[in-house]
Amino acid sequence: MSETPIASTHDLTQEPLAAPSANLGLVSVFRRRYLLKLLVQREISARYERSFLGFLWSYINPLTQFFIYWYIMGIVMHAHDTIANYPVHVFSGLIIVHFFTETFGAGTASITHNKALVQKMPLPKEMFPVAAMLVSLWHVLPQMAILLVVCILTGWTPDMGTLIGGVLSVSILMVLGTALSLVFSVANVFWRDFGSLVGIMNHFVRFGCTMIYGYDQLVHASGGLEWLVTGNPIAIACLLFQRAFWAMSTKHPHHVLVTEFPAHLYREGFIALGASVVVLILAQIFFTKFETRIPEQF
Amino acid sequence: MTPVIVAENVTKDFVLRRHKTFKKMTVAKMRGEQTVDRFNAIDDVSFTINEGESVGLMGLNGSGKSTLLKLVSGVMKPTKGSLLTRGRIAGLIATGAGFQTQLSGLENIYLNAAIYGLTEKETKAVLDEIVDFADIGQFIEQPVGTYSSGMSSRLGFAIAVHVDCDIFLADEILAVGDKPFKKKCMAKMEEIRDSGRTIVYVSHAAASVQKMCSRVIALERGRLVFDGEAMEGIRFLHYEDDDDGDELGLNDAQLGADV
Repeated sequence: MSETPIASTHDLTQEPLAAPSANLGLVSVFRRRYLLKLLVQREISARYERSFLGFLWSYINPLTQFFIYWYIMGIVMHAHDTIANYPVHVFSGLIIVHFFTETFGAGTASITHNKALVQKMPLPKEMFPVAAMLVSLWHVLPQMAILLVVCILTGWTPDMGTLIGGVLSVSILMVLGTALSLVFSVANVFWRDFGSLVGIMNHFVRFGCTMIYGYDQLVHASGGLEWLVTGNPIAIACLLFQRAFWAMSTKHPHHVLVTEFPAHLYREGFIALGASVVVLILAQIFFTKFETRIPEQF
Repeated sequence: MTPVIVAENVTKDFVLRRHKTFKKMTVAKMRGEQTVDRFNAIDDVSFTINEGESVGLMGLNGSGKSTLLKLVSGVMKPTKGSLLTRGRIAGLIATGAGFQTQLSGLENIYLNAAIYGLTEKETKAVLDEIVDFADIGQFIEQPVGTYSSGMSSRLGFAIAVHVDCDIFLADEILAVGDKPFKKKCMAKMEEIRDSGRTIVYVSHAAASVQKMCSRVIALERGRLVFDGEAMEGIRFLHYEDDDDGDELGLNDAQLGADV
């Protein structure tokens, strides 16, 4: 066995004494990008472990939802007649909402799924929810490709708002998805009920966004309760994304922009992003408070 | 000498929930019963380990050795007191190193090394040595889930010893390896010790502790009951009449490799 001798020890007199468990939370996660990359790669292969169709489930799930909404809402409930280019309205909403629900679901389970590592290796546990979010983001890419093709076929005329709205929308959900995953992943370690709760919350999220119904319908039919939707950062992200893709693929984009969107959509978008950042900071504080008790829970 | 592990009044409590469900917990609360138990795994332990020392951590099962090692490695945080370290820490905490069962041996090497703080380049530099040392043949390409317990502890040990660390932790690492592998491990550990690194070695085998360590720290129900010279520590624990080795008919050199 040819082995190089173990290198001489480092000069430890220069190193400070520090708590071995100390970490800077999300800051540490971004400092250790190589480890994050490996965890993301691992998660991509592991999310549909022992599943024959594998990553295809990330498409089957939103596609079946799409066809249900397209048929039930579009044909049975006549949404095709009231909302211009309805399939793209649903599909663009679905992509962005599914990004959030997938992040939330997988993020919540991320620490319990990785208990073998959590119990034995010291690493910032924030790695797991962040990796779950990035994997969901990875799954968005091919869906985006499909959306772009459909948009172009239906006469899409992108503008600056497409870029701003698209980036803003994804940013809001990346931040908010990570924040909620942080809180729920640690809560799920203590009580698995939180995993089940996420399923219910995701259901509310799907119906709380202007995906199967239009903003115009909401304002007219909600009886003054539309703030339940417009006060929700996820719904704002959904509107921004639909502004970027669906609105610009309809026959009369200028008319649609006025009737189907809140008056100050970008301002609402930046407020939503700001609120999501605040939630992320609070989530980090919550996570730091409880994460020390995680290894002993398994 | 530079202190590399400094523990001051370290206490670790575990909170154990007595009731698993909402229903049972509500009933217990209404009856005014306690719903949680506190278990004191480490109780007010203080010690300082200097650079280059090799310390045997001894005690019966459940005395808190693994918990203490988890506190040193940073997997757990003390409930009270402070535990500070200097430099990079590597090693095994119980057998198997938190491997991902669906990943191949090779992929696990990269992941584990990254957790220890190695870059991709650093990992590639020692990859061949790790694979050689683990010596598990073409299984290195297979998912770790298909490994025997011996194979996964071989791989775990191989990774841990090839990390360029300052503090090496070893927790009953040799419990599942076969005799030739145990010998190889002991030789590697001695090499690590002789290179001037700090070692904390958990073992029940008096002979291997005596061979590896100059100092023994003994725990009993979470309390530090002995801290001093190795042979004295073994005598203190009445491990010197340990007849494990005799039973197996090993000579002195082989005793060292026995756990």
